[in-house]
Amino acid sequence: MSGSGGHVVIVGAGHAGGTAAALLRQYGHEGPITMIGAEPIPPYQRPPLSKAWLKGEADAASLALKPVEFYAENDIDFRPNVTATALNRGAKTVALSDGATVGYDTLILATGARAIALPIAGADLAGILFLRTAADAEALKAQVGPGKMLAVVGGGYIGLEVAASGRALGAEVVVLEREERILARVACEALSDFFTDYHQKHGVRFELAASVTGFEGKDGHVTGVTLADGRTIACDAVVVGVGAHPNDELARDAGLDCARGVVVDLDARSISDPNVFAIGDVAHRPMPIYERMFRMESVPNALEQAKQAASAIVGRPRPAGECPWQWSDQFDLKLQIAGYAFDVDQVLLRGDPASAKFAVFHLKGDQVQSVEAINSPPEFMMGKNLILSRKPVDKAKLADPSISMKEVAAESAPS
Amino acid sequence: MAKITYIEHDGTEHAIDVKPGLTVMEGAVKNNIPGIDADCGGACACATCHVYVDEAWLAKTGSKSSMEESMLDFAEGVQENSRLSCQIKVTDDLDGLVVTMPESQH
Repeated sequence: MSGSGGHVVIVGAGHAGGTAAALLRQYGHEGPITMIGAEPIPPYQRPPLSKAWLKGEADAASLALKPVEFYAENDIDFRPNVTATALNRGAKTVALSDGATVGYDTLILATGARAIALPIAGADLAGILFLRTAADAEALKAQVGPGKMLAVVGGGYIGLEVAASGRALGAEVVVLEREERILARVACEALSDFFTDYHQKHGVRFELAASVTGFEGKDGHVTGVTLADGRTIACDAVVVGVGAHPNDELARDAGLDCARGVVVDLDARSISDPNVFAIGDVAHRPMPIYERMFRMESVPNALEQAKQAASAIVGRPRPAGECPWQWSDQFDLKLQIAGYAFDVDQVLLRGDPASAKFAVFHLKGDQVQSVEAINSPPEFMMGKNLILSRKPVDKAKLADPSISMKEVAAESAPS
Repeated sequence: MAKITYIEHDGTEHAIDVKPGLTVMEGAVKNNIPGIDADCGGACACATCHVYVDEAWLAKTGSKSSMEESMLDFAEGVQENSRLSCQIKVTDDLDGLVVTMPESQH
């Protein structure tokens, strides 16, 4: 298959962009591929940055998606340290920060998302860090260790992973969360309580309903976080994990339809321009099982959309519909999440949180919308199938951990 | 280096030299071999690096952890010789290993 994509230019060399480049070659695309990356290194896995990498259990080479020579060997023109500054859809060109202009036949936007900064006093002090890139992780690693006090602003998954890794490295850790509970935006109360308790047992301190109003510093380096109640939490470093914003400005400025992210169809193709695709964190995409469109920030989503775009470009059939999922590792806990809790009318607990092995099912009527599984692969794997198939489940059986997930699924009536 | 032969479901063979210390999954992914997706990058979280280990090599590839066992239990097309390739560390002892890919990683 020679493909009809011609010269494919990929803007963004993260998990999505790197995977799209590799898949295009794997699928037999013979035309030129140019990949533009803002960072100095080829595409790598970001999830280990807050876990194995921070703890020194993984090195840069093991993080790389492909060996550095892969790109040249596969005739992929990878240009590091460069960003795209303007897109001209009429001329089909992309202007780059190094002054060059690249023409394309097919464009893939894989520009990702950036960490949201806190617009408060002292936010530019040294020692206030984010965790998106390998460089961020490198900076953080240098700040965390025995005797150090690390303040994590934001009790989301990234914040909790950093907290767990920080403890493993011997640092004191305090998590500052604006809401009444951690994971308030992404998880149910039972899960929030479980993680709070588990982290506390491992020495993590929490300040809930804590509104951060500023940072204090000495000689240009952060020394404390000030809260709305007047207290100052002393620290040696801060990690801010309060969410991310899609890098969709290039698309917006070029007149492509954007919501919070570039609006695409089931092939990851822009609804405004058939020659432009958008994949990964920057895409606002349809998700048929939930009958809606939204933007996701996850590796599985980046991979899936890379597959969709590469398939459409070379003329392969569209990949089968997927159930979105993600995972998080904290201490010795494995959290696997399938689906999203849209339109949920019932939350059902299976197993006992006290055993650190349980799952929370989110239901809409008798259909599973999402599952959060702690150390429970069967619940995750079967939950994923049930979400995708939309089969009704027997809720009484689902709530009874003595009945295996295989039996629960088998007993579910075919839709 | 250990030579590992990856056989796609359609019979296409790829013989690759893999550095000891990497996993069987990493050997495939870093060489862009189709058929092993490895969505989670080796965190034993997704079961998309499922392979069938050639019978002659089963003992040498070691035993499954309970997490791996549990994930595999729900993968498609599971057989006695199924493994998650991210959980098999390559050593010199595995020089000559043959693994076959299932029809799908979903």
